[in-house]
Amino acid sequence: MAHGPATLADGWVKYISRWVFTTNHKDIGTLYLWFSFAMFILGGSFAMIIRAELFQPGMQLIKPEFFNQMTTMHGLVMVFGAIMPAFVGLANWLIPMMIGAPDMALPRMNNLSFWILPFAFAILVATLFMEGGGPNFGWTFYAPLSTTYAPDTVNYFIFGVHIMGASSIMGSINIIATVMNMRAPGMTYMKMPMFVWTWLITAFLLVAVMPVLAGAVTMMLTDINFGTSFFDAAGGGDPVLFQHIFWFFGHPEVYIIILPAFGVVSQIIPTFSRKPLFGYSSMVYATASIAFMSFIVWAHHMFTVGMPIAGELYFMYATMLIAVPTGVKVFNWITTMYKGSLTFETPMLFSIAFVILFTFGGFTGLMLSIAAADIQYHDTYFVVAHFHYVMVAGAVFSGTAAVYYWLPKWCGKMYDETMGKVQFWIAFIGFNITFMPQHFLGLAGMPRRYADYGLQFADWNMVSSIGAFMYGAAQILFLFNVVRTITHGKPVDKPEVWEGAEGLEWTVPTPAPYHTFEKPPQVK
Amino acid sequence: MQTSHRTLLAKLLALAVAMFLFAVFVLPPLYDLFCEITGIGGRTDGKYEAVEVRVDTSRQVEVQFVAANNAEMPWEFYPMEYSVVVHPGESRAVNFFAHNTTGENMVAQAIPNVLPNNAADYFHKTACFCFDNQPLAAGEQAELGLVFILDPDLPDSVNTVTLSYTLFDITDRTALSISQIQ
Repeated sequence: MAHGPATLADGWVKYISRWVFTTNHKDIGTLYLWFSFAMFILGGSFAMIIRAELFQPGMQLIKPEFFNQMTTMHGLVMVFGAIMPAFVGLANWLIPMMIGAPDMALPRMNNLSFWILPFAFAILVATLFMEGGGPNFGWTFYAPLSTTYAPDTVNYFIFGVHIMGASSIMGSINIIATVMNMRAPGMTYMKMPMFVWTWLITAFLLVAVMPVLAGAVTMMLTDINFGTSFFDAAGGGDPVLFQHIFWFFGHPEVYIIILPAFGVVSQIIPTFSRKPLFGYSSMVYATASIAFMSFIVWAHHMFTVGMPIAGELYFMYATMLIAVPTGVKVFNWITTMYKGSLTFETPMLFSIAFVILFTFGGFTGLMLSIAAADIQYHDTYFVVAHFHYVMVAGAVFSGTAAVYYWLPKWCGKMYDETMGKVQFWIAFIGFNITFMPQHFLGLAGMPRRYADYGLQFADWNMVSSIGAFMYGAAQILFLFNVVRTITHGKPVDKPEVWEGAEGLEWTVPTPAPYHTFEKPPQVK
Repeated sequence: MQTSHRTLLAKLLALAVAMFLFAVFVLPPLYDLFCEITGIGGRTDGKYEAVEVRVDTSRQVEVQFVAANNAEMPWEFYPMEYSVVVHPGESRAVNFFAHNTTGENMVAQAIPNVLPNNAADYFHKTACFCFDNQPLAAGEQAELGLVFILDPDLPDSVNTVTLSYTLFDITDRTALSISQIQ
């Protein structure tokens, strides 16, 4: 084996060492993607427990204390374990191939940033089996719930967050260095594919705000263990300060999750419309302005803390302003499809569903941005419905689309189109059955994060749970389809795979060889 | 590693470290400063040195007192007068009653808060038990004093000011004061 990766045929030791010590961007991308899928299944099973308990009013399956741990862990695992690593995985696989670079700029750091991640989540998940249970204070871990009233295991949670933060920062530094320093000759910034652009901007957001999250949990740590009073009113601190710091991280974080998803659909829609992306430069500027504005709207998550009216008005209008660049993007996607020769392969179906459902989630976001109305909606299922429309139908749908779209390039086999479409329709219908009724529940006043609810909420909760089980089943089908493709898929050998696909990644042979672009391509 | 990578890496790491320091050492003081300037959160200032002012006898303002215990605080704690009517500029003394009902020596800290927010800057305390922590031995009772002046510049829209105290158990973090009682 002079060149190329070790396979199972070389024996277990060599095969495992290959994955542990790999510095190859494709290997690390694969690791990230499989890890994030494992976390997706784990976080999904927490969601299934939540929905099973909420199937009927009253307490049936689990205790309220455990329910709180489930809602917290579901949020943490999905945000930090499933969605973020999935997009880092896509970035690792695709960015070097899209800009004509042989690998990531800092391959050893790349290896480190992946391999600390399983430890972070092992620590986090292990708290569920410890005395006192896992974190039970919601994924936003507001003080003093997460300090004064937290279980002792909160220290493990803090350590876990520190590790995953370090991993994210290293990952983003790597992406920035790759994009800025390793573009092929002729690949100017304004020629980069949208996915690369959105990731470059996302990486800057990550470097700026992950340290703020680390700071927030560090202050929690010293409050809990070393007698400081950042968030403790008894010592002159203020719990509301925690919310400000958390959301100063948290709001850019939601764009960290969605911007790469924007990038993915901006690659897929032109391919299956057989037209170039409409308004490329406006897409770039829209992405940059969304990223900038994400820093100045954080307090719209906290309209009920008792802000002065001027503050509420400012955060309300600033939030509404974000709808403008987002609207530009939606307009461009639709206009790209307009008069195109559309075909509806699975990735395209997921991308179109993304555009429709993300826009829907954006509209409920606009409703929530109205400060006066938000006081009614705050902490109800309306909020839960809103952020699942943008996180699941946004980030997860586009991640699924990305896997179907690039899977043939990665493994040289074509997935089963029928199975993909079946999965899409189960996921699409199941998703809407799950989350559409949660709007009604929220408007009717059902609060989030409770293990039980009033009888008047029973019917829609049962509908929502049935939809959730459907959506969960679709993910099992997804896993099966991907595994089946790798083992039994029909081989593909043409480099471009899809008829209308544009970009450097489609110029390399299929499946993508272990090393690509050792000699940089010339981009015209 | 190429030099271009190395400089970029150094810059980005510096940015990350700077943002961490910003979150821990800049944001909390900035927040306090912001609250102090705007009076948001009903924060009152520290000890006030009384100055000679005209008492505005043409105006009467009701000052209400609220006393509350933080979650796990077992003391009995209430204002001896629930509300008083004062003229702006007039100095007034009131007492709060505290009783350590437990069998343990304890230390408490009272945290004040003033509503409405735009009154916080005009509520001056010349003496307050909240400036110090309050050690009470097991079963001990005490009357805790407060002397306050409402500033004559209090906005005209304010007719009622509510001062609330929340009593926190800080025994654990003041082991020293406990030994002083004994």
